[in-house]
Amino acid sequence: MTLLSPEALIKKQIAAVQEYSILSWTAIADIFTRPRYWADIFTQMDSIGVGSMPIIIMSGFFTGCVLALQSVTALQEFGAVSMTGSLVSLSMVKELGPVLTGLMVSGRNAAGMASELGSMKVTEQIDAMRALGTDPIRKLVTPRLIATVFMLFFLTIIADTAGIAGGTLVAVSMLGLNAGSYLHSSYSSLVHGDVVQGLTKPIFSGFIIATVGCYFGMKTTGGTQGVGRATTQAVVVSSVFIIIADFLVTRVMIGIFGS
Amino acid sequence: MPETSSDAAVLDPPDLKTPVVEFEDVSFYFEGKPVLQNISFAVERGQTLILLGPAGCGKSVLLKLANGLLKPDEGHIRVFGEEMARMRRREVYALRGRIGMVFQESALFDSMTVEDNVAYRLHEERMPEAEAHARVVEALKFVELEDAIQKFPSELSGGMRRRVSIARAIISNPDLILYDSPTGGLDPITSTTIIELVMKQRDVSHTTSLVVTHRLQDAFILATHRFDPAIGAMKPIPKDGPDGGIDAGTKFLMLNEGKIVFHGTTEDLVHSDDPWIKRYLE
Repeated sequence: MTLLSPEALIKKQIAAVQEYSILSWTAIADIFTRPRYWADIFTQMDSIGVGSMPIIIMSGFFTGCVLALQSVTALQEFGAVSMTGSLVSLSMVKELGPVLTGLMVSGRNAAGMASELGSMKVTEQIDAMRALGTDPIRKLVTPRLIATVFMLFFLTIIADTAGIAGGTLVAVSMLGLNAGSYLHSSYSSLVHGDVVQGLTKPIFSGFIIATVGCYFGMKTTGGTQGVGRATTQAVVVSSVFIIIADFLVTRVMIGIFGS
Repeated sequence: MPETSSDAAVLDPPDLKTPVVEFEDVSFYFEGKPVLQNISFAVERGQTLILLGPAGCGKSVLLKLANGLLKPDEGHIRVFGEEMARMRRREVYALRGRIGMVFQESALFDSMTVEDNVAYRLHEERMPEAEAHARVVEALKFVELEDAIQKFPSELSGGMRRRVSIARAIISNPDLILYDSPTGGLDPITSTTIIELVMKQRDVSHTTSLVVTHRLQDAFILATHRFDPAIGAMKPIPKDGPDGGIDAGTKFLMLNEGKIVFHGTTEDLVHSDDPWIKRYLE
């Protein structure tokens, strides 16, 4: 590994940001112009959306279960056990549902995109595509971007539902709470702003997962080792970006809807 | 599949007088180091230009510059009279519809069958499936590989993959074909088969081509043989014939350390007094 001077390192990072921005902008612009690769969009929707459902349901469900268990312990001290449903649903819809879904899909699909595109890059398949007159951003990146943003929105709803279901199951079967009052508390505590906040986040997370995964895939160099490196970087960077975006969106939403 | 066909059809028809490929004082740098310096040459319609030179001298880079896969740092590259570096993204992709390229390692799409690989460009142009299939069979017959139509690239040998790559490059009857070391890494018998296919395309379809190779044997076979459709094989050009045993449309361009050291005919090359060229040819 070669050591870079601070100046060269900064230049390299700025160039990377520039490349990422150009790739993202081009992928967005390609949504509005023809040709559109509908078959690739639907294939990616199946892979990202349907393929991620089992892990999303499992992680959402057990997160809801743990949340109910932990909440009851804390709420008992204040005699507010009846608020468990409210706490679980608010936590799931506003925060844990979107973030967990983003992180799980990032681990699964940003890695998948980086390794698939990275392998194509190092075996000159992307160059071959360009040589055959096909724009790889339009053919490979834009369908993944559309599919991820679209499917992550619905995956988040599924994760929220699974989490609330998990919380209900634990609250009723293990903690002996009344199912009707638990669900009423869950439902009545949610307001319009909470749902909007929770469903705005996956739009940003989806964008981050697709663009970061594709960016690291498309700039892969260095053979199979490079593919491994690109995959790791894609997961790490997209996960960090999702959490940063979560913070920023939360701040903006609090500004719009209040706490 | 895309909603619209390629823009290739809207481009102007080929102008017969304009060189197919023209490099004018082209330089290319990689991480500040020069890879190609002040390269100027032109390839006329129907000509085959063989790019010779030691490994790492910039032959493959030159080919990628000709296809617009890389952009020159200095100078101008015109393909069919159009300067790719100044064209819009969409226009570049449309122009590439007229160029076929055979990659060094074949670069076949490994998740697609041979048929889908060869038909890739036709599918992009939304050609009806039956017509595309017929064209694929025809192209695979040209490279004598019609039995492999349903196989995946991983099931093929290196030579077979290279032949599929040639079929993919020629299926749309391009006006220019770029061969990047088509025989690299192949055994001598398979190499001769591939060179015969390059020659067949040259002599049957008269397609303009740039052939990168570091194998002198392949280069001289191309320069001294012609494909005979009657016997379905190549044969030497008679030395006592009007061409003097050499294909007049085949020229050589030699590179060394990113610079042109020779550009001319086969005869000029073999009679060159340049000590480096002499040593290279020996």
